[in-house]
Amino acid sequence: MGKDSDLCCDQLIRRFDHMTAVDQVSLDVPAGTFFSILGPSGCGKTTLLRLLAGFDRPDSGDIFIRGQRMNDVAPNRRPVNMVFQHLALFPTMTVGENIAYGLRRQKVPAAERRKRIAEVLEQVGLPGMSDRNPQQLSGGQRQRVALARCLVLRPTLLLLDEPLGALDLKLREQMKVELKHLQKSFGTTFVYITHDQSEAMVMSDQVAVMRNGRFDQVAPPEELYRHPATPFVAGFVGDNNRLSGEVTRVSGDTVELTLAGGAQVSGLAVSPGLTPGQQADLFIRPEALQLQPTVTGERLSRLTAGVVTTLFDGANSRVELEVAGQTLFARLPQDGSWTSLAGGHPIQLSWAPALARVFAGATP
Amino acid sequence: MRASANRLALWLLMAPFLLWILLLVLLPHLDMLRVSFQVRESWDSLAWGLTQYQNFFEESYYWRTFVRTGVMSLFTTALTLLIAFPIAWYIARLASGRAKGLLFLACLVPFWASELVRTYGWMILLRESGLFSTTLQALGLVDGPVEMLYNDVAVIIGLVYNGLLFMLVPLVTTLDGLDENLVEAGYDLGGGHWTVLREVVIPWAMPGIVSGCIVVFMLTLGSYLTPILMGGKDSAWFTEQIFTQFITRFNWEQGAALGVLLLLLSSLIVWAGLRVTGQSLRKVMG
Ligand SMILES: Nc1ncnc2c1ncn2[C@@H]1O[C@H](COP(=O)(O)OP(=O)(O)OP(=O)(O)O)[C@@H](O)[C@H]1O
Ligand SMILES: [Mg+2]
Repeated sequence: MGKDSDLCCDQLIRRFDHMTAVDQVSLDVPAGTFFSILGPSGCGKTTLLRLLAGFDRPDSGDIFIRGQRMNDVAPNRRPVNMVFQHLALFPTMTVGENIAYGLRRQKVPAAERRKRIAEVLEQVGLPGMSDRNPQQLSGGQRQRVALARCLVLRPTLLLLDEPLGALDLKLREQMKVELKHLQKSFGTTFVYITHDQSEAMVMSDQVAVMRNGRFDQVAPPEELYRHPATPFVAGFVGDNNRLSGEVTRVSGDTVELTLAGGAQVSGLAVSPGLTPGQQADLFIRPEALQLQPTVTGERLSRLTAGVVTTLFDGANSRVELEVAGQTLFARLPQDGSWTSLAGGHPIQLSWAPALARVFAGATP
Repeated sequence: MRASANRLALWLLMAPFLLWILLLVLLPHLDMLRVSFQVRESWDSLAWGLTQYQNFFEESYYWRTFVRTGVMSLFTTALTLLIAFPIAWYIARLASGRAKGLLFLACLVPFWASELVRTYGWMILLRESGLFSTTLQALGLVDGPVEMLYNDVAVIIGLVYNGLLFMLVPLVTTLDGLDENLVEAGYDLGGGHWTVLREVVIPWAMPGIVSGCIVVFMLTLGSYLTPILMGGKDSAWFTEQIFTQFITRFNWEQGAALGVLLLLLSSLIVWAGLRVTGQSLRKVMG
């Protein structure tokens, strides 16, 4: 447990009747960090967050906030506030009263209360909205009120449960950036849960990828993207292609796989102890696939694939390819030279083996 | 053409309702109002006057019973609310699926029996030779038989019991709609149990509370059997006096005046209650 860590969990376990929703989760969040927990629906994110907020108790394990053990502390006594998935603004109170609720609990005198409410509304970009009813606000404005209601209390830790889930795409993009700025300007430690990998990548300093109640990998977004530690992370974070085959040669940390059709591909071994004859999966990002064979003498892995169709999407245009019954996507170059690839046309792909990652097989 | 056909259809649909309001609500009340201002001069001549109302204010027995009925009804309503709230909370928030339905049914069962039978049930329990009295004697807690019937406490017990269901239904309905996250947010932002109840739960449940209170108050104020059967000599209920005037004394004029006063009292108290709690009748009923 680091000295300056705001939140530290040790081997948290929470079981329900027939399943373990949170399974031996340990985490350490330094002060001022934007920490995200990313995982598919039902992996136990909300359950974990409720343990941190105090609405639920772990079956075993400890929770420390700024070095204080929190297990037996009631939710209203923890220096933690939560932004709920559906915000949970009090419908019977105005915006100002919603924000004042927590301040009144802290016995902040009326004059200072007014000052701090005006201040925080200013900070979240809703000046003078104090007398509105929550029902009279737009989705994005309600979002900000929910944030203001927590941030005005200056918590050690702010927990956010998929707060952008209810917003439309455009607003979500905008709020992503805004949340990140707000976190920086308040300097509060955020623990943010989401199933949207792009949210986690854009905003976070650290991301924990969660699956079936466990953490697969905890790393900064870029490391997660470039060096996924498990096949699940490789497949879940960002777009990725998976090629399954049999290991035929291992030399140093480079592994060669033979695909069903006989084609040979190579990549960097991540799983330890890969041996010839074993089933393995190779993950390669769409943008790492080169469509034009480069002439340089660099040792590249090469593969011939058939074009299925091109998918035009502006800067994110891709081509769908097929090799030995497996589907691949490759990014089309930006110069527009490849937009008219015909279906069925064979194409030569190449990539630097260091960009491809190979994991032992038998993953779903 | 279309519009007028539609309007005709609407009127036809509304007709039974309007007839009902007119014949059973409006006409009797208007007639009662008229009769209450008639003064009988001799056996076949009538004059307009305020004699009946004068009687009410001059005869202390009338207005004392009037005030007593009002105060006891208010008290009964408050007590019913206090008892019903935890039960409603349990049914709406803590009980799950099947248990919820069964509990609701359990609250409903007593209402299959008529008010008379229900009141009689309480009499069996409370009277001198009743279950409570004999049990207390058997346990050696008291020496002789105890009479628990025929006093104000007994009347209030009976009235609360009668009103309970009508308080429970609106309370359970509103509490059912309260989002669990709102309660959690109340705690999360630093509130204790009492604060969350006062600041989050009660404001949310206010429409249910007010509509439950109005119904129970009206029922209690207008109840007749329970106060008569369970009350003692000096626990007269105002409806009893109206009954006496109409049926025993055959003094319709006085009975009508008392009836008008009771209607005024209940309307006034309901209006004041709505004003104090800041609710509108439309919000509460709709
Ligand atoms: N009170 C409970 N009783 C029994 N099982 C529960 C309870 N709460 C959650 N679970 C189970 O625990 C698992 C994790 O649930 P949780 O709500 O934490 O998922 P999540 O990661 O937040 O998913 P989502 O992204 O859909 O919100 C689920 O399989 C769920 O069915
Ligand atoms: Mg969830």
